[in-house]
Amino acid sequence: MSNLAADVSSRSARSTASERARTLFRFATAGSVDDGKSTLVGRLLHDAKAILADQLEQVAATSRQRGFAHGEFDFALLTDGLRAEREQGITIDVAYRYFATDRRSFILADCPGHVQYTRNMVTGSATADAVIVLVDARKGIIEQTRRHLAVVSLLRVAHVVIAVNKIDLVGFDENRFVEIELEAARVAEQLGLPGIHVLPVSALEGDNIVDRSERTPWYQGPTLIDLLESLPTAVEIEDTAAPFRLPVQLVLRPQGGLSPEIADPERYRDFRGFAGRIAAGTVSVGDSVDVFPGGHSTTVTGIHIAGQEADAATAAQSVTLTLADQIDAARGAVIAASGTIPAGRREAVVELFQLDPRATTAGSKVLVKHGTATVQALIAEVIDRRDLETLAHHDAESLAVNEIGRVRLRFAADLPLEPYAQSREGGSLVLIHPADGATLAAATVED
Amino acid sequence: MSTITRSLSEERSDETKRPQGLSALDQLEAEGIHIIREVVAEFERPVLLFSGGKDSVVVLHLAAKAFAPGKVPFPVLHVDTGHNFPEVIAFRDETVARLGIDLEVARVQDYIDDGRLAERPDGTRNPLQTQPLLDAIAAGKHDAVFGGARRDEDKARAKERIISLRDEFGQWDPRNQRPELWSLYNGRHLPGQHVRAFPISNWTEADIWNYIDRENIALPPLYYAHQREVFRRDGMWWAVGEFSQPRAGEEVVRRTVRYRTVGDMSCTGAVESDAADTASVAAEVQRSTLTERGATRADDRISEAAMEDRKKDGYF
Repeated sequence: MSNLAADVSSRSARSTASERARTLFRFATAGSVDDGKSTLVGRLLHDAKAILADQLEQVAATSRQRGFAHGEFDFALLTDGLRAEREQGITIDVAYRYFATDRRSFILADCPGHVQYTRNMVTGSATADAVIVLVDARKGIIEQTRRHLAVVSLLRVAHVVIAVNKIDLVGFDENRFVEIELEAARVAEQLGLPGIHVLPVSALEGDNIVDRSERTPWYQGPTLIDLLESLPTAVEIEDTAAPFRLPVQLVLRPQGGLSPEIADPERYRDFRGFAGRIAAGTVSVGDSVDVFPGGHSTTVTGIHIAGQEADAATAAQSVTLTLADQIDAARGAVIAASGTIPAGRREAVVELFQLDPRATTAGSKVLVKHGTATVQALIAEVIDRRDLETLAHHDAESLAVNEIGRVRLRFAADLPLEPYAQSREGGSLVLIHPADGATLAAATVED
Repeated sequence: MSTITRSLSEERSDETKRPQGLSALDQLEAEGIHIIREVVAEFERPVLLFSGGKDSVVVLHLAAKAFAPGKVPFPVLHVDTGHNFPEVIAFRDETVARLGIDLEVARVQDYIDDGRLAERPDGTRNPLQTQPLLDAIAAGKHDAVFGGARRDEDKARAKERIISLRDEFGQWDPRNQRPELWSLYNGRHLPGQHVRAFPISNWTEADIWNYIDRENIALPPLYYAHQREVFRRDGMWWAVGEFSQPRAGEEVVRRTVRYRTVGDMSCTGAVESDAADTASVAAEVQRSTLTERGATRADDRISEAAMEDRKKDGYF
């Protein structure tokens, strides 16, 4: 068993060159209890050959102990990583899973379906390119599905995939599928969700997950894995076209502390670089940029991407920029394409996702983290609470855990906020308890 | 075909027009550097757990890139079980000398010698690392501890946050973790608490090897195929050495082997392999049907929750 080279594997050997060309796709799963979410995740990992023999052996052994028939797996055992989860058969917290196909590497945020669904969905979906929402073919779109879709819509996740599961249990009935598909389209329209993808699957039996099912000849669309391999990522859709933004993480002034590996120390004697990860857009050497705060203009004289010199860089890359002028720009500053610098704001109306058990009420002081800046803030007003089913606003005095509503925030310093609809990075905030450091809430900036 | 699926096929035909995005490795590298810079910007005294193993070597490589042309602005800490592969210790010392950074060492042997820890009957010293680690964190007043742990290694690690809060006893409470949103990491902590920071959380073993191959990163020679005197125990090949001797009935043979992990000699087994360079290892990892921990780490076989239990106590 330990001779790796001799392992019999159904996986195709891939050249490292093709490994390197693969792109990264992040997605989350959502579904109510008993919709078969763990089974779907297990099936996806299993059919994508992401479960290795020793893991499968362990799952098989534990499944047998739990009374599963010989050869059957309790796929939930693969994803429930904590002792308490396995003992209780429930998923407590988000887990991250990894698998790859020839075209993409996937990061799967496996979110629990029941207790504290909103809190976990927000955590799992905030960075996702797509969310898979499971629907039981027998039950159709239920209240929980609408809640999941509402959260996905508020977070503006790029793609929503509705997997109509247990299609085998309705006899692979096309009419039933079309009914659910039409209902999904109606809900999507109501929530303002742009493109949704609806497909019939059986997670238990593997229909339309990785392999096309012969039992749904009426369905001509892609399988689940086809979709995940071909949907454009959020970065591919938005960020390169947007104006350049670099939140400054820290200023590198090595002076005496140059790396011993640098061949020509003299060259870097006066080095002053602005380090950060590009939030949006692209930058080239020679570009004019403005700096927030202060609004000073200057020119980009050099770009290092992960330590290597380059002529240009794009969204999601970690870079260090050198600038023509000695401007004041510390951590929390934003370097922006000339003429596009966001206005500094002392106040904002945000959509707030309450994560902490302590409710949000007007008058409380918090810390707000935005990009690389952390400032003090005041909850000036709780405006209203969203009904997650209808998305209607109702008057509210406070927001309890797992509730979503609109809040007016006042900041102790100017923040370069942008509407979340235009920029995930420029429009997202977390609220932190000033005394104990707990993460209280996530928030997105309204227009 | 329905309208919804039709809109999808239209979208797919547009696919070729899209600009080629960053590769997965480029994105993982950028994310790792971002995390390392956030920790250095927000904490007073970070330190990197560095064993000379491939994962901590990759984190150190990312740190060198994050702060170039400056040097890595934090020391490294090695929790030395006393049962090391000599090649790994030599590699560790060369690496810190090359990068001009400080090395702190916490020695399990010192604790055994003065009676603060007792040798376990099974001889493995990995579980004994927790106390020296926590003492070294306290003594160095480190408020952030970088580790090379990956979520794909173990199902308890799959649950861990990138910035993970530890209480004053160094304990991890998996049921009460902070939500982690966008790339807004919250490292706030009270005096006495610290965070563990995992810049390569989202990397898989295959990513690590493809990156080592792409970046031409030096590793201890143990990772590549070599001839060694070994014996068979618990389905693994054990090196004959000062800390692992064959018992009666365990036959010593010469085999071409390599290591997938290079932890403590008393719990790390080798695999038979002819992969002698990074590209062959990367290809071999891709073909393997066994996880690296399942294949070569005895300490994770103790129970289904072995990793979770150690992490709760303060192990990284």
